[in-house]
Amino acid sequence: MKHTPPIWRQQALPVATVLLAALLLWYAGAVGLNTAGAIERVLAPNGPYSRADLISTTLNMQRPVLPAPHQVAMDLYTSLADWPLDSPRNLLYHAAVTAQSTLVGFVLGTLLGVVLAAAIVHSRTLDRALLPWIVASQTVPVLAIAPIVLVILGSLGFSGIAPKATIAMYLCFFPVTVAMVQGLRAPQRIETELLHTYAASRWQAFWLLRLPSALPFLFPALRVAVAAGLVGAMVAELPTGAQAGLGARLLTGSYYGNTVGIWSALVLSALLGLGLTAAVAGVERLVLRRRRPA
Amino acid sequence: MSGSSKPTLTSTAPAKPPPLAPRGLPWLIAVTALAAAALLRAVPTPGADNPAPTILLLCAVAMLVVAGFGVQRVAALGSHPAFGPLSAALFGGWVLYFWQLGITLFDVPRVLLPAPSVIGQMLLERWDTLAADFVQTVGKAVLIGWALGSLLGFCVGVAIDRAPFLQRGLLPLANLTSTVPLVAVAPIMVMWFGFEWPSKAAVVVLMTFFPMLINTLAGLQAAGVLERELMHSYAASYRRTLLHLRLPAAMPFVFGALKINATLALIGAIVAEFFGSPTVGLGFRISTEAARMNMGLVWAAIVVAAVTGSLAYALLVALERRVAFWHPSVRHR
Repeated sequence: MKHTPPIWRQQALPVATVLLAALLLWYAGAVGLNTAGAIERVLAPNGPYSRADLISTTLNMQRPVLPAPHQVAMDLYTSLADWPLDSPRNLLYHAAVTAQSTLVGFVLGTLLGVVLAAAIVHSRTLDRALLPWIVASQTVPVLAIAPIVLVILGSLGFSGIAPKATIAMYLCFFPVTVAMVQGLRAPQRIETELLHTYAASRWQAFWLLRLPSALPFLFPALRVAVAAGLVGAMVAELPTGAQAGLGARLLTGSYYGNTVGIWSALVLSALLGLGLTAAVAGVERLVLRRRRPA
Repeated sequence: MSGSSKPTLTSTAPAKPPPLAPRGLPWLIAVTALAAAALLRAVPTPGADNPAPTILLLCAVAMLVVAGFGVQRVAALGSHPAFGPLSAALFGGWVLYFWQLGITLFDVPRVLLPAPSVIGQMLLERWDTLAADFVQTVGKAVLIGWALGSLLGFCVGVAIDRAPFLQRGLLPLANLTSTVPLVAVAPIMVMWFGFEWPSKAAVVVLMTFFPMLINTLAGLQAAGVLERELMHSYAASYRRTLLHLRLPAAMPFVFGALKINATLALIGAIVAEFFGSPTVGLGFRISTEAARMNMGLVWAAIVVAAVTGSLAYALLVALERRVAFWHPSVRHR
């Protein structure tokens, strides 16, 4: 390990190069895509214009086809800095709303998945009758049920966070269950037999052997689950009348043609996804700290 | 030789399987089926003024016990490969049955949850609508987006195979995209490409590109050192090594991405239609009919999407067995 080059040359430099290229591409795209609109709406009415005028106009349009990166950054900054945290004009408020329902759904879905996986591992009936359906559901676009869940919970009188969290929950639950079943079965035969010779009860075997050995399987699934839950929470925000949340911001942005707004919501949702996954990865590192081979 | 007598080691085709058919099993099945059907008939249709008598409720509970027992017994059968799917199918059948029974027995409003019979009826009645939706969403957006995104990911993966600098730069970023809700670009794509299917296909392309890129890059590294050195000792050119060794070795990874992408593409296209679409398409059908409380048709559309997803997966698995027949994960089945 000592002879590998420093991390910044191994990783950071190439990543930074690619990011820079993406940024340049974005600017080029903004100029290219906005040219027609800029000429038609801004430049042509005011007589002749130079090439520099054209470029600077395309990068600072009111309603660009593709906003330039600095426009998105400015929009994000003003929304974060100029408005109080509880104002609907502050994007962080919407991110918090989405994050809240995602996290509630994530925790519930994880609990449900772990409990169900434990039941499946201990019951041959569930293993044979239920597990195939859960595995098969991975090939099905379960997110499509989201509108149904919204209607059912809405007509039962639930509103606010509950429907969103429910959708996030059932999206989180499938990958967690599948991975946990695999993980709880991971112990070698020799290890289970050792516990058997100690006359360990089923509960002890679960707690001392199965659960710890399942953790390395659980965490990758949790990372998948939290990302899926975020998508679920955002989709759940679409038909609720667009009040709060990043999904609602996306929808209002597309209604009013506020492209810069859409892009800032998009950037923030990407950051939220990265943050949630990073948080799960951080917990993983904390929990599996002692597992590292010396 | 001695193993055949042990109960734990069953041969694949036991000559005389004692637990498979206990005496009178056909009678048991027939009686259960008849009782189940009779119970379903006896329950008054929803809307009738007289509520279901308590005796029917008790019968339903008894049936539930019978069903649970039956599933348990089937699941406890030997390790013949047919028994697993059999118990899953039995369980699924009972779930459908009690779904139907419960809806009629407790008179659940159709808005909440339509009975399977209603969903089936909708599938038949609105077949033409659903077929048009299927063609719009799956035939155009999903198929084209999936093929284009996967092809693009594959080509970029192969293209940057010789540029480790680019690989090191792209791979971490591509990995990060799996944590980002990419579907959220749907409103932008709708703005750029309009309401028709190209905007949905664009979302699908974006969603399927990165998994394929990651898997292609991983797959190209999958060929063993021994095989590579053999090719090297043959003085094989880069291109021949790629064509004859590394690309075939990458196939299981490529198919893994194709399978992930099939589900992702369906999700992408359906969700993108939630953001705006022409008046046809599975996602459009689901969102508008849900808003109109016509849940039967919503469920029918979901059935179409689910069957599509499963069939696509099965098709890809079958194709993988043809293409990557040499791989251990395929051979061992």
